[in-house]
Amino acid sequence: MKIYLPLDSVAVALGADDVAQAILAYASKMGVQIELIRNGSRGMVWLEPLVEVETSTGRMGFGPCNVADVPALFGDLSQHPKAVGLIDALPWMAGQTRLTFARCGVIDPLNFSDYTEHGGFAGLARALDMASGDIVAEVTASGLRGRGGAGFPTGIKWKTVADAKAAQKYIVCNADEGDSATFADRMLMEGDPLTLIEGMVIAGLATGATKGFVYIRSEYPIAIDVMEKAVVLARAKGVLGASVMGRGPAFDIEIRVGAGAYVCGEETSLLNSLEGKRGVVRAKPPLPALQGFMGQPTVVNNVISLASIPVIMAKGAAHYAAIGLGRSRGTIPLQIAGNVKYGGLYEVGFGLTLGQIVDDIAGGTATGRPVKAVQVGGPLGAYFPRALFDTPFGYEEFAGKEGLIGHAGLTIFDDSADMLAQARFAMEFCAIESCGKCTPCRIGAVRGVETVDRIAKGDAAAIPLLTDLCATMKSGSLCALGGFTPYPVLSALNHFPADFARVKEAAE
Amino acid sequence: MLDTATLTSRTDEILAAHSGREGALLPILHDIQAEFGYVPQESLPQIARALNISRAEVHGVVSFYHDFREAPAGRHVVKLCRAEACQAMGADSLSAHARAKLGVDWHETTPDGAVTLEPVFCLGLCACGPAAMIDGKLTARLDNAKLDTILGDLA
Repeated sequence: MKIYLPLDSVAVALGADDVAQAILAYASKMGVQIELIRNGSRGMVWLEPLVEVETSTGRMGFGPCNVADVPALFGDLSQHPKAVGLIDALPWMAGQTRLTFARCGVIDPLNFSDYTEHGGFAGLARALDMASGDIVAEVTASGLRGRGGAGFPTGIKWKTVADAKAAQKYIVCNADEGDSATFADRMLMEGDPLTLIEGMVIAGLATGATKGFVYIRSEYPIAIDVMEKAVVLARAKGVLGASVMGRGPAFDIEIRVGAGAYVCGEETSLLNSLEGKRGVVRAKPPLPALQGFMGQPTVVNNVISLASIPVIMAKGAAHYAAIGLGRSRGTIPLQIAGNVKYGGLYEVGFGLTLGQIVDDIAGGTATGRPVKAVQVGGPLGAYFPRALFDTPFGYEEFAGKEGLIGHAGLTIFDDSADMLAQARFAMEFCAIESCGKCTPCRIGAVRGVETVDRIAKGDAAAIPLLTDLCATMKSGSLCALGGFTPYPVLSALNHFPADFARVKEAAE
Repeated sequence: MLDTATLTSRTDEILAAHSGREGALLPILHDIQAEFGYVPQESLPQIARALNISRAEVHGVVSFYHDFREAPAGRHVVKLCRAEACQAMGADSLSAHARAKLGVDWHETTPDGAVTLEPVFCLGLCACGPAAMIDGKLTARLDNAKLDTILGDLA
């Protein structure tokens, strides 16, 4: 009897380790032979911890499971009170186009043969037979753009590094996923770490880099653990080391752990942090592609960008590029979060409208109250009101509505949300996390909190001041932290003016 | 109190383990903190010498990152998520409850030394908030009662 139970942070935070112990204890008590596999998450957070049992018709799901639900797993499965049916037939799974996350939740994350049997290393095998320039061309043709939020074409970045002359080049994976509502990087690293490693190796082949780093935030202890084990496994199997797969050049990977600084998700500040310095933003140019880690040519890519490479190489650029909308090609792992009925990760081609995502896929709020606002793209993303729910999910489409898709995280708020408080928080967060290098961000965020407080006390004259301050931060900041904090602030102000129309307190 | 001999010898071992590593300061500081519970001031000159940088540079790095402590924490560290997705599920009122219950503000330790309360901005548990990390262990879907039970078990 094969039983799956995720080792994913969500499942663990909701009690999966206790359930795992209970399963092993009950099986041993009943004398039933079982194999318990700690897989990644399927991304259906409302069902976690989600137990899956392999049956002749497919994998049956049971969730959310607690310890009390364990004994019934050994009885008539169709009568189990938490039975949800065959996993692959669930609308949430059936509606997706899982390319990057195809194996996540399916395989044992640290089982090498499980990985290869599910299509793993097909992309790398093809890349090893190609000239480096052809790999770059393939990635460019796929239309893949940086999934960390900036949306820069991955192939063009790779070409810059490939064309640079240097004795040492690097691949740096940005796994400093600090945006609230985003957890795709974490889920991928916990559920299918070898995909990321494969993507990084291909990036090395394409650019001539022989050393890679994965910079993971310290808030992700399980992802760090799984990735470290995966690197050891990949070395033992010859994927990493002196010669990739025994027939390529050298490539090795080191896992590095961040130290709680949000700004280190910005690529130049991440590079400083990797070098052992304060995570302060660097002015660009020089581009990291030319002078990155230790001044050497460096590819800095997000986890999802790199983890999408193997499937692009395996299925071909055309297959990937055929999916999507406008200049947003391929799939995007939507991360639906906050006050949500059916939250989690949903990988799909670009182009669904915000309304389809929030109302149809996510089923609205967990509280059952009306949706007031959806913040798209993390703490630096705009708040969207229902009036903009017809916006299709794509880089340009969201930019056209004064927003951004960022890392594709969506935080849903019900009608109890106070948008003035959310605007204040955006400024407060920027003040806490500012690296301090540029003045608009360092000082502007502090003044921003004070200005929102004035508005809260009924001082309407502070509203144009806030707008002006946002314009300064937007155009004067070195990086997206100061530069994008105006997005949540101004969208809250523009779309929810009623929340900013406060009555002066009697005492004044 | 740490005795100087232990501190020096353990710091030396940690430094030796990272020797030759590119940009080794963060991994070194993580190990120092894992060993001593904080980054002791006394270890800074030793780290600086090993990396051939100034003591001020090491201090600059220690003070930049939220994770590194310059003094020991309480016996337990409770990190409550304050980010937007958890806010949407009531994180603000949960943290107000926690601060009142413990009688401390953010970054403070209860007088008996049992609990240090820290904010954290996202644990990646955004569809099952409010979330927290307690002594390195993740927990989610918190409410006042569930948090009280957890806090009650911390001594």
